[in-house]
Amino acid sequence: MEAVKYIGLGFMVLGAIFLFLGALGIYRMPDVYNRLQAGTKSSTLGAMSLILGVGLYQLYGADGSLQWNWMVKSIIIIVFIAIANPLSSHAIGRAAYKSGLVPFLKKKMDAYEEVSNKEEGEVE
Amino acid sequence: MDIAFKIVCFIVLPLVSLGVLFSFLRFVKGPTAADRVVALDTMSIIITASLVLLGALFERFIYVDVALIYGVLGFIGVIVIARYIEGAL
Repeated sequence: MEAVKYIGLGFMVLGAIFLFLGALGIYRMPDVYNRLQAGTKSSTLGAMSLILGVGLYQLYGADGSLQWNWMVKSIIIIVFIAIANPLSSHAIGRAAYKSGLVPFLKKKMDAYEEVSNKEEGEVE
Repeated sequence: MDIAFKIVCFIVLPLVSLGVLFSFLRFVKGPTAADRVVALDTMSIIITASLVLLGALFERFIYVDVALIYGVLGFIGVIVIARYIEGAL
């Protein structure tokens, strides 16, 4: 049960490193789409790892007995983040494209433009 | 609370604070509205994760519930602002 605590502490440090690198990517990247790619993916992994680390750290009490309340709520938050964070990332990317922001480098191929034009043509 | 958890907190909390600081700088500087929404989303995720850690540090179980509600509200806010930028609202 000491080993579970140290595994949890390792997960906490790993998650903090990923959160820091994601925020650094938010600050350093040149474009909205690059910032989405750098920020949202690594912050999802970092937050899930940090919360799982806290749940594993609190899994055994001071007297060696199992305490499930921290672990259950940690898993609830992890599942929610795993569902919600890619959804919000997709919504922001779609909104940035629809509002007319062009990517940083000159685009050679744009698959979404063809698809969206075809959809709008079918609807109208 | 043992000494290893304190050492880990001395490593984790400065990294998380620097993450919030960088996201806030992008939130202030960002040239378009989409940049600000991306920074707000990242800030909300980082604060959600660090609230759980603070709950373990202060030995308060209620902070986990606060983190869950904060995550839900941040997600709804980001979705609403993204729909507004898209022009569908």
